[in-house]
This record gives sequence, C-alpha cells and structure tokens, in this order.
Amino acid sequence: MIDEKLDRRQLAPNLTAFGIIQLKRLRSFRASGLIWVLVIMCAVAAFVSDAFLNPFNLINVLRQVALFGIVSVGMTFVILTAGIDLSVGSIVAVVAVTAAMLLDASVPIPLVIIAGLAIGAGMGAVNGAGITLGGIPPFIMTLGTMVMGRGLAMTISDGHPIHFRAVADQFAWLGQGHLLGLPVPVWVFAIVAALAAGLLRFTAFGRNIYAVGSNPEAARLAGIDVKRTIFLVYLISGFLSGLTALIFISRLTVGEPVAGTGLELEAIAITVIGGTSLFGGEGRISGTILGAAIVAVLANILNLFGVSPFTQQIVKGAIIVAAVLFEIIRRRRNSVSKHG
Amino acid sequence: MGGREHREGADLACGAAAPILVMRGVGKSFPGVVALENVDLDVAPGEVLGLVGENGAGKSTLIKILSGAHHADQGEVVVAGEKVERPTPLDMIERGIAVIYQETMLAPHLSVAENMWLGRMPKTRAGLIDWRETQRRSLDVLARLGFNLDPNAITGTLSVAQRQMTEIAGALSRKARLVVLDEPSAVLGAAELEKLFEIIRRLAGEDVSFIYISHRLAEVFEICDRVTVLRDGRVVGGGKTAALDHQDLVSLMVGRKIEDIYPKRQRRPGAVALEAKGLSRGAALRDVGIAVRAGEILGICGLAGAGRSELLRALAGADRAEAASFTLLGGKRPSNPKQAIARGLCLLPEDRKSEGCFLPQDVAFNISIAGLSRIRRKGLLDRRREDEAAMALIERLRIRTRSPAEKISQLSGGNQQKCLIARSLHAKCRVLLIDEPTRGVDVGAKREIYQLMAKLADEEGVAIIMVSSELPEILGLSDRILVMREGRVAASFDRAEATEEILMRAALGLDRRVEGAAA
Repeated sequence: MIDEKLDRRQLAPNLTAFGIIQLKRLRSFRASGLIWVLVIMCAVAAFVSDAFLNPFNLINVLRQVALFGIVSVGMTFVILTAGIDLSVGSIVAVVAVTAAMLLDASVPIPLVIIAGLAIGAGMGAVNGAGITLGGIPPFIMTLGTMVMGRGLAMTISDGHPIHFRAVADQFAWLGQGHLLGLPVPVWVFAIVAALAAGLLRFTAFGRNIYAVGSNPEAARLAGIDVKRTIFLVYLISGFLSGLTALIFISRLTVGEPVAGTGLELEAIAITVIGGTSLFGGEGRISGTILGAAIVAVLANILNLFGVSPFTQQIVKGAIIVAAVLFEIIRRRRNSVSKHG
Repeated sequence: MGGREHREGADLACGAAAPILVMRGVGKSFPGVVALENVDLDVAPGEVLGLVGENGAGKSTLIKILSGAHHADQGEVVVAGEKVERPTPLDMIERGIAVIYQETMLAPHLSVAENMWLGRMPKTRAGLIDWRETQRRSLDVLARLGFNLDPNAITGTLSVAQRQMTEIAGALSRKARLVVLDEPSAVLGAAELEKLFEIIRRLAGEDVSFIYISHRLAEVFEICDRVTVLRDGRVVGGGKTAALDHQDLVSLMVGRKIEDIYPKRQRRPGAVALEAKGLSRGAALRDVGIAVRAGEILGICGLAGAGRSELLRALAGADRAEAASFTLLGGKRPSNPKQAIARGLCLLPEDRKSEGCFLPQDVAFNISIAGLSRIRRKGLLDRRREDEAAMALIERLRIRTRSPAEKISQLSGGNQQKCLIARSLHAKCRVLLIDEPTRGVDVGAKREIYQLMAKLADEEGVAIIMVSSELPEILGLSDRILVMREGRVAASFDRAEATEEILMRAALGLDRRVEGAAA
C-alpha cells in the first residue's frame, strides 16, 4: 500500500515513456477478449461443419450482422447513457408498412427513403421527449411506444403485409444489391458503424454521451446539456431503426406489420455481449460490431447443426444472462482490488 | 417540573446503580483517519448525557459503535455490566440500546403500530398477524409513555416529532434502557422540541438513560445532567452541566491550535469577480448578499443545513433561485451550469463521487470534459492534445496518477479532488466555488489542496468561494469569512477579526440570544 503510493509519487512529476505505454495499453484493453471469442467460435464452426466457410454462408452471416448491427449501434448509444430502447422493433414495423404503402402509391423512391428515415427519427424523438421533458423512465416510455408502434403498424396496414410490386425491382438494390462482392446492407452497416465510432470518439457529443451515462448530475454540473444529449440518442436510435426497416422491405419486397418483432431484445443482447455496460458510461462501437458477429455466428452454427429455433432462443437468452453476469463479476473484482 | 425532581432523584441514585453503559479506551480508525482515540464514557441509569463537538469530532463514529454498525478497534464497551464484542445492530437493540437518527428509520407507508412491532408482530396460533393484540400492546405502550398517538396512523403522514415519538415508543417497547438521540433539534421545531424534552424528563425518571447529541448548547444545558465534549476523536472535557457555562463548552469544542498546514497568503484582491444580492430560494436561502474579488478566498461556514451548499448551487445556476442583482466577471447571471462554466464559474460539489467524478472514465476524460472546445482540432477532439493538456495539469497540480488513461476511480479522494480542480482550470474558470474542499481527504493531501487553492488565488487571481465545516480550514485559508445560519448571512468577518470561537458563536446564534436576553 505504502510502496504503491511512493511509486506513484515518483512517477507523477514526469510522466515518462512508461506513462505513454500504459496509456495505450489501458485504453485498448477491453475489446480484445471478444475478438478471441469470435475467432474461437469461427474455428469451431469451420472444424465441425464444411458449410460454414462456404462463401455463400459467410456472406449470409455478414448480412445478418449488418441488419442487426445497424439497430444495435443505435441501442449502444442509448445504453451508453444508461437508458434502454424497447421500441426499435416496433419503429421498424411502422416504417416498413408506411414506406411500403408510399412505394405502392408510386411516391418517388428518394422521397420514400427520406420519409422512412424521418418517421423513424420522429418516433425516436417522441421517446426522447417523453424521457427528458416528461421525466418518464426510459424502460416505461419505450415500452409504451413499443406497444403503440406495433398497434400503429397493424392499424395502418390493417394487419396485412403490404406489397409494392410495381417498384419492387427499382427499390431492390438497398437490400439485395452487391457492391465489390459484398451485399449493400453490409456497406451500409460499415458506414453507420464508422460514423458512430467517430462520433463517440472524436466529437463533444460523443463525450457527453459517456459523461451522461457515467454520472448525470456531474455531467450537468460540468456544463453538459444532459436532456439534449439523451433526446438525441433516442432520435438516433429511431433513425437507425427506420434505416433498418427500409433495408428489410427492400430485401423482402413487402412491408409487414410484424416486421422487427423481438428485434429490441436481439439489439440489447448484441450491445451487452459487445461489452457495453447496462449501467451506462462504458462501451464501444467496436464491441457492438463484435457482439453482432458473435450472435450471428452463433445462430449460424446452431442452424448448421439443425438446432430448432426454439432451442436457439434458450441459448441466446442464456448468453445474455452470462454476459451481464460476467460484467458484474468484473466490476466486483475491480472494486475489490481498489480497496485491497 | 415533576420531571426535574425525578431527575434529581436519579442523579442522587447514580452512585449506587450500576452504569448502563461504560466505554473504556475505545478507539476506531479508518484508512488514513483516526476517528476515535481512547474514549472513556459512562452513562448511569436515568442519566441524560450531552455529547457535543464540532463536525468531524467523532460523534457519529461513536453513535455507530453504539448501534453496532461499526466495531471498536480498541478498548471495551460494556452494556449493563456485560462486555460486548463485535455486536450486530440487532445485538445492541436486544441489549437495550436504541439509536434514533435525525432521519427516522420508519417505514413511511406503515402505521405507527406496525412500525413499533416491525419484525416481531404478535402472531395468532395459526401463524397470522394478531392485529387485535398488536393494537392492544401499542395502545398500552403509548399510554404508559403518555404519547398522544393513534396506533393506526400512517407514519409518513405524521410530523417529524410524532415520527420520533413512534421510534422512541418502538425502542421502549423493546425495553430499551439507553436511547441515543442524534441531533433531534436539527429536524424539530421549538414546540416539538419542548415536547421531546418533557418525554425525556419523564422517562429519565423511570431510569431510562439518554445520550443527547446536539450542536446547540442551549439545549444541552436545558436537558442534560452531564456533558462530554469530543474533539478530534478524543474526549477533551466535560462535567455536570450545573458546573459549566457556554463559554467553557465553546472553548473546549474549538480549543485547538491552527496547525501549520496552511500556506502563507498574499492578499492582493483585484476587481469584484462575482457579486449577487438578494439571493433567495424558499427557506433554504433568504436574501443572501455575497461578493468575491479576483485573488480572494471567501470562506463560508455555518452548521449543516444553514444553506451553505444551497448558496453555492444557486450561484452556479445548478438550482433555481431568485436574485435582485447578479454580476459574474462583468457579465450577466448564468441560468444553468453550462452557461456558468462558459462565463468562467465552476462549482466543485460537496459529494465528489456522486456529483463530481465520472467514475467509469479515465483521468484525462474527467479533466477535459468541461472544456472540450480546448482540445478540438478542425472540429474534432484530438486525443493527443487532450493527453497533453491533462498531463500538464497533472504535473502542475501534482496529481498522483500513473497516467492520464488511469481510471479516476483508482485515485485517492485528494487526487480526485485535484482532478476536479484541474477540470475547472482546463475550462479556464476564473471563479471557483468549492464545497468542502477536503472532505474525505487525508491530512497530507489536505495540505496540498490548501497550497493549491492559495496559489490559484495569489498567483493567478482566481476568485474562490469555499464552504467548509472545518473551522480551522476556514480560518487558515480565507481572506474574508461569512457565517450562515438558517439560510441567511448571519455575520461577516475579516480574517483578522475571526477566531474559531467567534465563528462558532455566530453559527450557533449564541450572540443574538445573549443580546436578546440582555435586552
């Protein structure tokens, strides 16, 4: 104890090269464990099944990563502020049916895309407003919009899938097209993830998200507009849900009111597995990308083994619990070492 | 009156009856702090013992040892002739010691009767709660105590005094023989306090003992038979209240020399940096006027709840408050902390962990967060610039950390506080409001923080308003001192005219009371 203190005292006046090395090591420490989990899973998958490394299969996995990954990026923003967004699946459904109806009514495709993104962002803004202005806990507010959104999608579509056969081919590129050998959704995800990571790392807004999630009162006293920050993360989450909905209907050529059912749980699972703390303030986009990959590879392995979708749910649920338990044990160990 | 006679009777009996509580050589340390040292204390049956001392004198540690929440490292605690070793809170209750805190520990949604018998409700033969028996026993206890309380009243709807009566009733229904009252007057009005005193007198007549803790000496003289003064964790004196006066107690409470840990100040106050008049916020702040100059340290003292922290929060725009006029560095009043920081005023809150630090984040993050525009390059945050800025402040403030990338949660309290000062410097703040600058900080780091504050004021012309419960700290650093009481500025002193005694008397409102009595 005393030795450690002396040690620090000597180091403090001139932070030497040692300090810089420490600095890099400390900052890059967290994500590394997940990469190994993913590598081991892929190795096991390749070992037990020839089909896994098949290019078609891998591209399929990547597409899956992209679709869930986009929503999970929004979820990561929300969870970083110690919030939760249960409404993402329902937002996907509302945007899916309204965009499909607009397409079917021959509204120009760029306008449909803008409208779809705006509806998503708008629903996110409703969440944000309820939470910041109304003071409603995020869980309850987004639970409300989740239920209302599903009902809204059902009402708009009268409960039926909405087809837009006339323009299906022109709209297909977003969900079905390829660019440089990779599906377009994968590129979209790559751009979204890169922008999100840049936003968190290199902008004041990103810093504010971490600050609000770490300690909202301290954030307020440090001059951060806490409500604006929280409002914006829900808006971003809604916007990305809208984007996901557009990719969905482009791929399926139909807007279904049941689209995105259970997507919120998938996104929360991916975010948490990716190392983002449900307590807020800790987490990265790189983790979320790895989380999406781990979940997709796991689902793929289970599919290749012919495990039933029901059993898959059990496995997925268990993994969420395990990931959170791991996080809690890590925290407990940290706090013990602090005092010891 | 009848109570008083009883009490004298009990006093006479003191010599004969075995004491209910004996503490011998009790000591308790926490990492870096000795909270209690070699404390001796006796309480006889039916005796009311006053326990007084400044904030941090060790009163709360002593209470926690009595309630079983802490265990003494040294010495022995004997309750009713039996030595207790590492008791649980339940053990202490069963041995007859009841501690009644300022904030009552009742379940607010339950009735008086339910709270009294919580965890030991009478049961019917079927194992269900016997409500009729509960009611009967409650009425019985309340009647015996002469408490005018409805056992069915929901405690959350009762007055503070009635809630304390409920706790006392609950304690005595457990056959408590020693009741510890922790600053009851802080939450009770004058009429309620009078009622409490009546109860204490009556119960003392029935051989129930009390330890009465208070800042307010007038009360101690009114209700206590004997008084013990704690200072710096030690018993420094005391005796029969009949043989002491206010003056004796005040000098016992504060009689410490200002240690040599305070830096020399050069007083060169500049222009007025912050001036507010007519600052009001409900009952917490009433028409407060305050001004601080560049290069000046203004100390604010007063008892807990006097409105000190509320004043700082109102100045920083953290809480709403009315103001007749407000000038900050020649500009207008900030309406929220964001504007305050942009205009050069930063608040360092009392509770560092819950309101100051971003514990999951690293030191650089914690330092740069209030001034992110200073580490931007072409609109984006520049990590290298951030680390450079953080390292410069780490060296300047001598923050002991291995690296700017170390989590702030790994730092000691003193170094966390320095990080918060670094944060306000990074944001280029010219007015610092520091609430309890050295709470939870060990002595060595305290000295460094004092030197840092003096340096900021003297060499860089920063205006500092400091709130502290530690009078030596106020006296050691301040150029001027305001004393707050009940939301108002009760007195204002130049450093040269103030002593601990003068400040304490002003904070307690003693002077006014003395004047009132004379007039």
